[in-house]
Amino acid sequence: MTDSAAGRTPKRTPLYDEHVAAGARMIEFAGFAMPVEYSGIIAEHKTVRSAAGLFDLSHMGEFSVSGPGAAAFMEWAVTNKVANMKEGQARYAVICKPDGGIVDDVVVYRRADDFLIVANAANIEKDVAWLDYLRRSWPGEGGPPVNPEDVVIRDLSDETALIAIQGPRSEAVLARLTGADLSAVRPFRFVEDRVAGHRALISRTGYTGEDGFELYIAPEAAVPLWRALLEAGGPDGLVPVGLGARDTLRLEMRFPLYGNDIDETTTPLEAGLDFVVKFDKEGFVGKEALERQRDQGVPRRLVGFKLEGRGIPRQGYPLFAGGREVGRVTSGSMSPSLGEPVGMGYVEAACAEPGTLLDMEMRGRRIPARVVEGRFVER
Amino acid sequence: MYPEDLRYNKEHEWVRRENGRARIGITHYAQEELGDVVFVDLPEPGSTFQAGEAFAAVESVKAVSDIFAPVSGRVVEVNEALADRPELINEDPYGEGWIAVFEMDDPSELDGLLDAEGYRKMVEG
Repeated sequence: MTDSAAGRTPKRTPLYDEHVAAGARMIEFAGFAMPVEYSGIIAEHKTVRSAAGLFDLSHMGEFSVSGPGAAAFMEWAVTNKVANMKEGQARYAVICKPDGGIVDDVVVYRRADDFLIVANAANIEKDVAWLDYLRRSWPGEGGPPVNPEDVVIRDLSDETALIAIQGPRSEAVLARLTGADLSAVRPFRFVEDRVAGHRALISRTGYTGEDGFELYIAPEAAVPLWRALLEAGGPDGLVPVGLGARDTLRLEMRFPLYGNDIDETTTPLEAGLDFVVKFDKEGFVGKEALERQRDQGVPRRLVGFKLEGRGIPRQGYPLFAGGREVGRVTSGSMSPSLGEPVGMGYVEAACAEPGTLLDMEMRGRRIPARVVEGRFVER
Repeated sequence: MYPEDLRYNKEHEWVRRENGRARIGITHYAQEELGDVVFVDLPEPGSTFQAGEAFAAVESVKAVSDIFAPVSGRVVEVNEALADRPELINEDPYGEGWIAVFEMDDPSELDGLLDAEGYRKMVEG
């Protein structure tokens, strides 16, 4: 899981000292020094499901797409419909290459003057370079005719910090620090208001399956907001939560993780992200390739499975059906909520039906695994 | 954190000599580095290993960690309690978190391991 930029000191988020002071175990992730756990992954995970947890996500990328051509450009650059978004809406989307491979999965926020795109930390430079390439090469690539000068792309990552509060107590805790009417902010909506006196974009979004909010703020606001939230949430049991539990929380929800479950060799159809591919859009990057795949039959599928023997699924473990290798595990762990091992992986389409019995190879042995439907944990 | 009656290797495993047998586990430092242990892959009793060979695996939430035989020998006992309670390795690494007992091929191999002071120096620098 570690990502090492050889020779370079990892970057720090504004909250680095807070994590170290709290006794966090720090690792390097996407070039950043990040907390993987504080009190322990399992305890932190369970606290998010039962109360609330606080996450430093300032390593993630944010960029702005603005200008008179922004809506048409974004509509072409991602597979989902975004041109029709209203101010205050957020939408999950995928950026594809012409061959249908996924460049990144992102959340798009429609603000008054721009689209704010939030991207995976490891993909920031790649995404900005790709979008800028599309902007410049666009008229020649079959997209809608818009002047490249009518689209302005700005990388805001260094000037944006991100704190998430996730768990059933999130609204109660956050309400103590803001005058915004949080009950009026529905899932995948956002408002801009003050939290503990600091300006913030407050969105009801997250990566855990719990109710919660993501707060986009200036870097100078990160430490005061972090401390204010921990203090306000103390009576509810709010604790800081690291990347370790962030991964087990999203795995239980079967949310894909870029770099494990999706990457440039996988298409959104293979990954079960059909719902963000809008074939009735006039044109978008990757549309023809995805149409072909849909019409010919998607050859493999990202499935969720549970082991029926002792073991833990890990990225890279082969999956067999009828003695033949049919796929690989892409994510897996012991689910803290279930106390059972769960995993995700790609298998040939014929083996993807829920109920299919597979074998997972772990250290030279075969462990039976059953394809399951839906999330591992219902919320 | 460094029981005096044990020997240690560079892979953060400990050995307690019990006559011709060696009781083996991982150290406090090792379990702390791993985090929550959620699964332990134990060897088959009767199987044999050379010193340095992986004979078990301890899995934390995030990672798989091979456990290497500190001495050569034959597995005569494994800690079945770890099947239901892998967290014993975190809670009591030198006691109830023991992993396996070997019948040693050559007890003099123990002389090549670190004593408590040597291991402490290795960990603390």
